[in-house]
Amino acid sequence: MSTTEATVMAPEVFAVVESKSPGRLAWERFRRDRVAVTASFVVFFFVCIALFAPLVCRALGINPLTLDRKALNDFGLPNGPFGAISRKHLLGVEPGTGRDILARLIYGARISLLVGFVSTLLTTVIGVVLGIVAGYRRGKIDALISRFSDLTLAFPSLLLIIALTRPFTQRLESLGVPEGNPARLTYIVLVLSLFGWVYVARIVRGQTLALREREFIEAARASGAGHWHMVFKELLPNIWAPIIVIVSLSLPGYVAVESTLSFLGVGLLPPDASWGVMLGDSVKYYRADPAYLFIPGIALIVLVLAFNIMGDGLRDALDPKSDRQQLG
Amino acid sequence: MTTFIARRLLFALVLLAAVSLFTYLLFALLPTDPAALTCGKNCKPELIEANRVRLGYDKPIYEQYAQFVKGIFAGRTYGTGDIAFTCPAPSLGYSFNQHECVSTLIGKTFPVTAFLSLGAFILWMLLGVGTGTLAALHRGKWQDRLTSVITSIGVSLPTFYVGLLVLFSVVIWLQWLPFPHYASPTENLHDFFTAMILPWITLAVLSAASYTRITRNGVLEAMNEDFVRFGVAKGLKNRTVIRKYVLRAALIPIVTIAGLDFAALLGGAIVTESVFSLPGMGRLAIRSVTDSDLPVLVGTTLVAAVFIVLANTIVDIIYGILDPRVRLK
Repeated sequence: MSTTEATVMAPEVFAVVESKSPGRLAWERFRRDRVAVTASFVVFFFVCIALFAPLVCRALGINPLTLDRKALNDFGLPNGPFGAISRKHLLGVEPGTGRDILARLIYGARISLLVGFVSTLLTTVIGVVLGIVAGYRRGKIDALISRFSDLTLAFPSLLLIIALTRPFTQRLESLGVPEGNPARLTYIVLVLSLFGWVYVARIVRGQTLALREREFIEAARASGAGHWHMVFKELLPNIWAPIIVIVSLSLPGYVAVESTLSFLGVGLLPPDASWGVMLGDSVKYYRADPAYLFIPGIALIVLVLAFNIMGDGLRDALDPKSDRQQLG
Repeated sequence: MTTFIARRLLFALVLLAAVSLFTYLLFALLPTDPAALTCGKNCKPELIEANRVRLGYDKPIYEQYAQFVKGIFAGRTYGTGDIAFTCPAPSLGYSFNQHECVSTLIGKTFPVTAFLSLGAFILWMLLGVGTGTLAALHRGKWQDRLTSVITSIGVSLPTFYVGLLVLFSVVIWLQWLPFPHYASPTENLHDFFTAMILPWITLAVLSAASYTRITRNGVLEAMNEDFVRFGVAKGLKNRTVIRKYVLRAALIPIVTIAGLDFAALLGGAIVTESVFSLPGMGRLAIRSVTDSDLPVLVGTTLVAAVFIVLANTIVDIIYGILDPRVRLK
């Protein structure tokens, strides 16, 4: 909503107070937002855990693959209350195998965040490039890109993603991507980007179209700026604010979508696990081991919520209107 | 205006033709043999070949597609003589797995999805617009903060997880409701409501979150408009200004998004239907994936696409009526 205004930064509004760059103003606004700062620490914490998963697990003395039969009873269920939480297994063990849930959660963060980061990166790059090209060149190229995005939007994406999993992972494997989970992950990331770029491209195109008519662009054109200069020095610096917001809000979305795909049965194969796989798994034991149902769910909620709050904070900070609106 | 509507409709038709062609080709080029799937494991090769001819899979792909499109408008007859059977128009193919025309299967499952979508839609619009307006009118106070926290959580949660938690807590742990068994409203109204109430609430609460945000922003923006100030200056009651001036302006972007979201649901609420075991179109589609039932998969994809394109077109036309500048583009 408010992202469209983010670029309409009139420098003279701030010049009266003290000369500060828009970036610095945004940073100061963000720092004042205590909730958003806390959320970014949570995000940072999860990212660190994911990056250093092997170290963290070794420090805690746990391993995501070790089967601990002793922690299970005769029915293969965790031997103890709350999924057999003990000093050895801080968050209990997985029913059926006795693998440590905390260790699986830590390694799962790796996969969930990897899917989120790579999908977001791909959609943003494709979306920004196509959006700028469409908005800047207009004419036939714009029409082509816009019609193509209409076509992409017309498909029920979730259904297609599920339906094409098997044939396309097989195709990827035959193209040399390592069999099994690497191929599945590649497929998920590619297909999410294929459907996701449209949203980014639309926003970027709209922004570019609006900027195109502004005086500073005209001035640059009049002084003979080339296409590269126009795009990288004039247009891009003015649309990075909405792009940052899209990134921070779409990443948690992809983490959640990956978990949904895993729940619907097109996720990873054991023994690897993302949080979505663990959630999908835990559903089978909802009666016998409810603790298992809550642990990956709470982790997912905390991460996604932290990302969203951080994204909202960024949006408020980058929107110059957010200060002025307090008066209205 | 008429030319604008005509142009939009024509574009929608072209888009649908492209979607149908693309879907058909995509699934037809998959490495599964649809004819081999028409009978079980110990099938005789002659029977497979007979079925291949009967269903038209022996013809080149463009001819298959032409037959498929013709079937949509004129119905389609498979085979000849005694064993011939017909799927009347609009025929979307025949599912050998379920021994039914695809259109019949969709016709059976669509009402479930429609009831689910409609109920959830009404609930989430009331909830979203209501809380959004409330938050905007109490900007910065505790009502605003509370809704902001709740909506942040709401947009963060994956539907399947919330659905499962709701299902488990209400049905299994608290036992307030029996395990849902869907029945059509004409058959058994009580069963219908007990099966629908949880999915409605789940979908509505999760979707309402983003509507609350949009409404809040829209109302705040509208309150700065001159026409609202004019209304206040004219001496109208606050309540009247909000209802007649503020909400009317704030609702325009909501109508757009609501139309698209509603259409996406109508095409099959895959996750919600799976979680709550509702026999709707989404589950039909998912089952067709596990069974490699290509005709059903193509059919459900197409029907979902029709809803999306239709909603897009209607929203565009409404926009054109509301804002004449759009028409000139």
